[in-house]
Amino acid sequence: MTTTATSDDRSGIDTSRTMRRIGFALIVTVIGAFFALPLLWLLTAPFDATPGLSVSWPDWTLANFVEVFDNPQAGSALLNAMGMSVATVVLVCAAAAMASYALSRVQIPGRDILLYVMLLLSSVVTGTAAMVPIYQLLFSMGLINTYTGVVLILTGGLLPTGIFILKDFMDTLPRSYEESARVSGASPFQVLKDIVIPVVRPGLAVIAVWVFVQAWGNFLMPFILLRDPDKLPAAVVMYQFYTSGGQADLPLIAAFSLLYSIPVVLMYLFVNKRYGFRFYGGLKG
Amino acid sequence: MAGVRVTSLTKVFQGSVTALDGIDLDISEGEFFALLGPSGCGKTTTLRTIAGLERPTSGTIHIGDRDVTDVAPGDRGVGMVFQDYALYPHMTMSENIAYPLKVRRVDADERHRRAAMTAAELDLEDLLERRPSQLSGGQQQRVALARAITHEPSVFLFDEPLSNLDARLRLESRTFLKRLQSELDITTVYVTHDQAEALALADRMAVMESGNIRQVATPYEVYHRPASLFVASFIGSVPMNLLDGVVRDDQAIEVAGTELAIPEHARGLVEVGDEVVLGLRPEFAEVSDTERADALAGEVVVTELLGTDYLVTVEREGLSIQATVRGRPDVGGQVWVHPDPQHGLLYRRDSGLLVDTAAADQQDQPSDATG
Repeated sequence: MTTTATSDDRSGIDTSRTMRRIGFALIVTVIGAFFALPLLWLLTAPFDATPGLSVSWPDWTLANFVEVFDNPQAGSALLNAMGMSVATVVLVCAAAAMASYALSRVQIPGRDILLYVMLLLSSVVTGTAAMVPIYQLLFSMGLINTYTGVVLILTGGLLPTGIFILKDFMDTLPRSYEESARVSGASPFQVLKDIVIPVVRPGLAVIAVWVFVQAWGNFLMPFILLRDPDKLPAAVVMYQFYTSGGQADLPLIAAFSLLYSIPVVLMYLFVNKRYGFRFYGGLKG
Repeated sequence: MAGVRVTSLTKVFQGSVTALDGIDLDISEGEFFALLGPSGCGKTTTLRTIAGLERPTSGTIHIGDRDVTDVAPGDRGVGMVFQDYALYPHMTMSENIAYPLKVRRVDADERHRRAAMTAAELDLEDLLERRPSQLSGGQQQRVALARAITHEPSVFLFDEPLSNLDARLRLESRTFLKRLQSELDITTVYVTHDQAEALALADRMAVMESGNIRQVATPYEVYHRPASLFVASFIGSVPMNLLDGVVRDDQAIEVAGTELAIPEHARGLVEVGDEVVLGLRPEFAEVSDTERADALAGEVVVTELLGTDYLVTVEREGLSIQATVRGRPDVGGQVWVHPDPQHGLLYRRDSGLLVDTAAADQQDQPSDATG
């Protein structure tokens, strides 16, 4: 390349590079807008006096929230969902911690296959396919229309993935930690409580958030297993917000949706601040 | 305070791999005892079995007068330092050191006081509120030591505690460890694959190979009178020369065509025609540049500076000998290597055992060669 030709060539290269960058930015903007619009709706519609299904500059009002608080079902539905989700989180975390620790430490033949099969089947448990058997199972156990039933089913569905993720964390924990604690006189339970759980806490936090989000947003299980309207959690109740005319009550749904999304966002922010969503082992994020 | 007695200890892993093949050890109270051997020889398994982290397949372990074979690790009164130190990353140094006390339900104030006291003994008082990731390797090692000391165990167990340190720090820590052990006067079992470490630290040591003990003796004895060819080749920073030979008469053996004097310890114990191996430490080989009869002639092929001495490699047909000398001989020059009969060692080629009265008695059970 000669020196005289350089500037022309470079400007040619610069132009095509600029064009490419503009094109890329456009595509990204369109994709971003596609995903941002529903979120934008969630932020504007609750404050709009007459919310529609489109995003528009709101006619500011807080009346929609007043409507939510006046609705007899809305408040209790959020509480129901909170109770159900917290119970599921506690159950899954406790069971996953113990199971993954055991599975990580004990050598049993076919352990990995067992884990994969459980993982595969777990998506069936809380899925549509198992709807009828689950209903029958809980019916014969007398757990229809109880939170116990819903929480157990949700736990069963989420536990395998929880164990799978947490086992990765447990595998990275050096055995010498536990052995040193044992020589110090710690019982297996003390080892779990004092050493293992604190060290894998970031993993537990990841699972807790994930389980919470799953349980909080689960529609199908509470919808089929709970009969009593007072017991319904937020995700199901929203489905019943109609006006007397039989149309979707958009002001109520919009305001309720915003309230409904707050706990998940808060929880994510809290865990992210505390643990920074670190993923160890096989999961890199 | 207590000694450790291990009686016919065997450990078989998963039904087939024999890690320990009938180990007997009698470690006295306050003794610094080293277990030395190449990797896979069973030294760590022995230590872990004493700690209670492995269950023996058969055999018993006594600490003091108490049979602890079936006692949980925490109830054996042992303190252990692991190769990777095993400091809990989520606890401060103070909490790490005090953890054995926490398990024993000592209240928090007392825990803190004793952790601070132990830390002061080991010059760690400035680091009490730090976490393991904020400490250097040497500091971590001392914290691990402190944790093993706090609950006043009667036996210390060390699993290669210095192997993760760099060479210089390892020397410092070695001296520190030896002083600490003699001050505390606690029975110590120390596992290492580094023969220099074992020689430097131990009051007595056991050399292990493939699940058996090959020699139990003081470091001095292990160094100067290795009980078998295995021990002889394993001990010494510069390996011992092992030269095949045949006994010619009651005064001489023939090595590669040269007649050499029989080492003093073996005189009268070998017969003409016996196939033997002459063991000669490079330190005890005299090198001269004038011809002499009872010496192996050869050509200097390599000289290496060791510090004050040179390590000289002398070769002749089918034979290579190493010797340490003060002055540097010329490479390519002809020299005569004369083994000092006072320090030479004679081994039987078939059994690999040292020729001496004790070994002659024990030839039926070669694995019990205890020097």
